[in-house]
Amino acid sequence: MSEEFKVEIVNPEKSFLSKEDVTEVVVPAFEGEMGILKDHISIISFLKPGIINIQSKSGEENFFIEDGIVEFKNNNLSILTSSIFSLKDVDKNRIQDLIKIAEEETKKNEINDQAKFLIDQKIDVLRSIN
Amino acid sequence: MASLDDLKKRIASVKSTQKITKAMKMVAAAKLRRAQESAEKGRPYSEKMNNIILNLSNGISDKENAPKLLSGTGNDKVHLCVVMTSDRGLCGGFNSNIIKKAKSYFSKILDEGKQLKIITVGSKGNDQLKRVYGDKIIENISFKESKNANYFDADKVGKMVIQKFEVGEFDVCNIFYNQFKNVITQIPQAQQIIPLNNDSERNNSEESYEFEPDEDEILSNLLPKNISTQIFKAMLENSASEQGSRMSAMDNATRNAGEMVDKLTIEYNRSRQAAITKELIEIISGAESL
Repeated sequence: MSEEFKVEIVNPEKSFLSKEDVTEVVVPAFEGEMGILKDHISIISFLKPGIINIQSKSGEENFFIEDGIVEFKNNNLSILTSSIFSLKDVDKNRIQDLIKIAEEETKKNEINDQAKFLIDQKIDVLRSIN
Repeated sequence: MASLDDLKKRIASVKSTQKITKAMKMVAAAKLRRAQESAEKGRPYSEKMNNIILNLSNGISDKENAPKLLSGTGNDKVHLCVVMTSDRGLCGGFNSNIIKKAKSYFSKILDEGKQLKIITVGSKGNDQLKRVYGDKIIENISFKESKNANYFDADKVGKMVIQKFEVGEFDVCNIFYNQFKNVITQIPQAQQIIPLNNDSERNNSEESYEFEPDEDEILSNLLPKNISTQIFKAMLENSASEQGSRMSAMDNATRNAGEMVDKLTIEYNRSRQAAITKELIEIISGAESL
C-alpha cells in the first residue's frame, strides 16, 4: 500500500503548491510541532510562525510561514496561509528585513502577551534560518 | 444646415474620441485578463476557508456561547453596509448597478425603522451615495495607490469592520460588490458576512474532527480571517468585473463613434455635392442670360 497523500498550500492570491506524492509533513502547530502521515485522523489546527517541512518522493522542501490553518481530511492536507515563502529561493536581505520589522513591533507597548509570544517565535525562527 | 467646415471639424473630433475609446478598450482587455486570472486563483482559498468554517460550526456543541461573529449579537437594529465600487469611471453600468442594489437595500432597512451605517470602498461609490446618504457614511476608503487588489488592503478593511463590531457599533454587516460572470454580465451581489449566514448550505458529513486547540479558540481566530478573506474575494471579483464592464462599454463607444463618423461623412459629402450643384446652376444660368 502506498504511503502517499495529497498536500495543497493556498494563499489568498493563488494556489501556492500542490503535491500528490507526499509521505510526511511536519507543521508548526500552535501547541507544538506536529508530524502528519497518511491516514491521520481528521484534524483542524492553527499554525504559529515556523517551518513547514514536506517530504515527498521527489525530495524534501521547507517553507517559512507566519500563520495559517491546517485541515487534514480523507488524506487531503490543506494549508491556508497568508504569508509563505520557500526557504530554497529566499534571499538573506528579505529575512533581515522581516526580522527588523518584527523587532520593531515588539517594542510597541500595546501588544498583548499572545501577540508578543508569536512575534518572538517569528524572530527566533527567522534567525535560525538566516 | 451646418457648414462644410463645421462638419469636417466634427468628424475629426469624433474620430479622435474613437481612438481614445479604442485604446481604453485595449487596456481594459489586457487588465481584465490579469484580474480574471487572479480572481480565479483566489477562489480556492476562500472556498477552503468557507469549508473549514462550515465544518467547525457544525461541530460546535454549545450554540449559546458561540463567538458573536458567527451567531450575531442577537439584535437586528444597526446595519452596516460595505459598498465596494471602483475608483475610476467610464466603466458602463458597473458602479451604478452596485449602487442601485445597495440603495434598494438601504431603503428597505430604513423603512423597517432600523439604523443604517455605510462604509464606502472606492471613490465612485462615495460620490454617488453622499448626496442622499451623506450623513450615514461613516468611513470612506479608497485604494487608488494600489494597482491590483491585494490581500493587505482587504485585511485593512476587514480589521476595521471587526473593530467596529467589537465595540458594538453595528449588529449586521453586508457587503455589496459585483460578481464577475463574464465580460458582458456582472451580477451585483449582497453578501452578509456578520453574522455568518450558512444555514442554507449545511454539509451533512458526520465526520468528526480533532481540534487543536479547542473549537472555540479556533473559531474565534478563524472568523476574523474569514471576514478579510470574503472582502478580498469581493475585491477580486470587483476588479475583474470593473475591467470587463469597462471593456464592453468602451467597445460600444467605439462602435457608436464609428457609426457617427459614417453618418457625418455622408452628410458632409451630400452638402459638398449640393454646393457644387448650386455653383454649376449659377454659372449656367449666368451664361444663358448673356
